[in-house]
Amino acid sequence: MSENMCTLEMKDISIEFPGVKALNNVNFTMRSGEIRAVVGANGAGKSTLMKVLAGANETYTGDIFIDSQHYELRTPRAAKDLGIELVYQEVDTALFPYLTVGENIMFNSIVTGMKGRAMIRWRKINKSARDILRQLNMDIDVTRKMSSLTLAQKQMVLIARAVREQCRFLILDEPTAPLSLGEVAELFRIVKELASKKNVGIIFISHRLPELFQICQSLTVMKDGQVVANRTVDSSLTVQDIVNLMLGRSFEENFPKIPAPIGDVVIEAEHLMDGEGKVRDVSFSIRSGEIVGVCGLVGAGKTELCKLLFGANRMGAGTVRYKGKPISVHSPTSAVRQKIALVPEERRKEGVLVSEPVYFNLSAACLGKFANRFSFIVRSLEIANAKKLVGDLGIKTPSVYQRVKYLSGGNQQKVAVGKWLTSDSDIYMLDEPTKGVDVGAKRDIFQLIQSLAKQGKAVLYASSEINEILAITDRLYVMYNGEFVTELETHKTTEEEILYYATGGRK
Amino acid sequence: MARTTKNSAARGAVTGFLTKWASIIALIAIFGFFALKMPQLFLTSSNMITILRSISVTTIIAIGLTVTLAVGGFDLSSGSMATMSGALVISFFVWYQMNMWLAIPLAITATMALTLITMFLIVKCKIPDLLATLAMMFMLDGLSLTYSGGGAVSEGMPRFDGTPTIGKIPRMFKDMGQAPAIIIIMIVIVIIIHIFLTYTKYGRYIYAVGGNKEAARLSGIPVNRYRIFAGMLSAVFIGLGGVLVASRNMSAQIQGAAGYAMPAISAVFIGRSVAGADKPNAFGTFIGASLVGILENGLIMMSVPYYSLNAVKGVVLAIALASTYYSSKSEG
Ligand SMILES: Nc1ncnc2c1ncn2[C@@H]1O[C@H](COP(=O)(O)OP(=O)(O)OP(=O)(O)O)[C@@H](O)[C@H]1O
Ligand SMILES: [Mg+2]
Repeated sequence: MSENMCTLEMKDISIEFPGVKALNNVNFTMRSGEIRAVVGANGAGKSTLMKVLAGANETYTGDIFIDSQHYELRTPRAAKDLGIELVYQEVDTALFPYLTVGENIMFNSIVTGMKGRAMIRWRKINKSARDILRQLNMDIDVTRKMSSLTLAQKQMVLIARAVREQCRFLILDEPTAPLSLGEVAELFRIVKELASKKNVGIIFISHRLPELFQICQSLTVMKDGQVVANRTVDSSLTVQDIVNLMLGRSFEENFPKIPAPIGDVVIEAEHLMDGEGKVRDVSFSIRSGEIVGVCGLVGAGKTELCKLLFGANRMGAGTVRYKGKPISVHSPTSAVRQKIALVPEERRKEGVLVSEPVYFNLSAACLGKFANRFSFIVRSLEIANAKKLVGDLGIKTPSVYQRVKYLSGGNQQKVAVGKWLTSDSDIYMLDEPTKGVDVGAKRDIFQLIQSLAKQGKAVLYASSEINEILAITDRLYVMYNGEFVTELETHKTTEEEILYYATGGRK
Repeated sequence: MARTTKNSAARGAVTGFLTKWASIIALIAIFGFFALKMPQLFLTSSNMITILRSISVTTIIAIGLTVTLAVGGFDLSSGSMATMSGALVISFFVWYQMNMWLAIPLAITATMALTLITMFLIVKCKIPDLLATLAMMFMLDGLSLTYSGGGAVSEGMPRFDGTPTIGKIPRMFKDMGQAPAIIIIMIVIVIIIHIFLTYTKYGRYIYAVGGNKEAARLSGIPVNRYRIFAGMLSAVFIGLGGVLVASRNMSAQIQGAAGYAMPAISAVFIGRSVAGADKPNAFGTFIGASLVGILENGLIMMSVPYYSLNAVKGVVLAIALASTYYSSKSEG
């Protein structure tokens, strides 16, 4: 296979959107069989560059060569014909939820490979799909409906689809952001195999810098629409170096914990259950000023727990007390009224209104604050608040009037977090709030969370990122398979201990 | 090569501009066309008034639909709903000798009550809007005919069972559907709903629900309550639309307002993109309704036979809609 060695070269690529120069004379080189990381702060232009390569940004200027031959990549078809496949940051946008796994994998051959036949040969399609999955050692039933898969499985399906297409270059845009550790390992195994056995060139985008060392041979750093460095990944390179290049300033990796005075118990839950067995007999309490972590692998039930407390999922059994008094939270509306806030996990589906502007989103959760007594919105207050949050969180946008769909992934996430920060709640629940945000922004978000604690709020921080839990919480619960298996003091525990319980270990 | 890409970028900007202003450009173009073709006939102040009067009902019903579409719904039954409201108001006058200040609010309240059934089907039974309102359309058509006894209702006409009627339709009721009043009503409604949707908390919530129901729900917005509220608000204007149709006819005709449903929906969709709003909005709806109205007026003046009118209108509407929806590729 290695005879078809080829190089990919992008020269002086620029692209401009209203108000933003997203790419500014970018040069990027890559060869097949290589695994190259592309890193950079939110809004640096990573996804935009990759979309150019995948033919999804037809208005670029500049030249693209494969083996010194010039190509115009103005349509996704043109890129696919050259064997360039992009797995998007938002996997759902590329899948057909009502079709089966097999159909999704074989979609292109169903569309283009029919050669005048009108009937789909199900058995053949399913067989080929199964073969591909087997080759990649993926264990997914091809007859399942796409919509029933987990995020990780959806991603696998996209990779399988990409691989089917005589792929020469595979671009993975933040594939690991929603994955658990085990799933990441599985993904890495597949990616490495593709690179070594099938000689596919892999471009790998991620904000989890330490993992790059496990998988990448080389690294491109982007900043403000430009490539600022190309490095080989070896033992002389450190995470710190990468951060310096990304942010253009030195940066302390460990987040300093600001101590906040701990007060009385604000929220207390006993024997919580949902109807479906995703949350089983969970009891906990949070005091004011306290940041309590809920740590568990993806799928442990953290999201379900948060939604349960927020009234978005039906409560099966259990009691919740707010400052000692039992409360009933039967809908998100009643949760908000009882001063509970939730930053949900899936930003595009649940967190932001993508076709509305930034300011609209930032005030959506607490519009009452910006309305006068006749319910008219006071525009100046609303805009001032939006501007403040954009500054505090470093949301990269040409203005607060920009529609959220035009922001980069990480900046959309910041909007989803930001909209709750003005809500004057007493209890904040954050479900994977740093998914897809860069290290600098993570620090900003951490600071804001800590300042909430300092104001005496109770914070529940749900995450599968153990190092984040260790950095920011006072106390934590480890969740496994819907249950809280243990409670730990953050400063007395270690990553290993948490991982032991999170993977099903028992006391 | 660099040049071709510049061109395509420039083309992107041009299409962007066209999409934003397509409806208004189309409006001006159609207006200009008729004005040049028939300056003495078309471009007279009396004809301008005629146009405004003729678009009033469409606009008012379309304003109702604007609210429905803004919250993410859809409504096929507006024509039948308006017909029902018209039948009620005339029957109140003729059969029950009610006065105007009772009859009109009562007819509108009845429309709201009927819309509550629609909202029940949509929100509680979770039937998709399109299907629920299709079902309602049939139900209402049957219901209004049953109510009126299978025919029209007008002054002096005996009831279905032969009972003579003595009620009179008030003079003032007639004036309501005539030139200054009906135009003023329309303009006031457009302005109020524009302010409501753009500047108030409730309008904002309606757009949030229409934008992404799940995100709105998880923002603590009571989604179903706003959907029902939007339906009720919409019913007020559709009911009023029916009342005005009745006032113009001074009677309740079979399917009297049915013809307004499609132009009203078109008006909302044509207006969606006006000034880059990209969502149903009151001002845009007014522009959309004007476009439809001017077109009809001009075509009649050019003595296009009435039986071909719809064909021409359909084609022009399709073009107007195409220019609004034809946007950059990347939007998919
Ligand atoms: N279609 C668009 N219209 C307007 N601006 C855009 C568009 N697409 C991207 N941008 C802007 O271009 C810049 C680069 O965005 P891009 O998505 O490439 O960032 P990124 O490096 O992938 O960031 P992240 O890590 O947050 O995913 C951002 O400022 C973004 O707001
Ligand atoms: Mg991105």
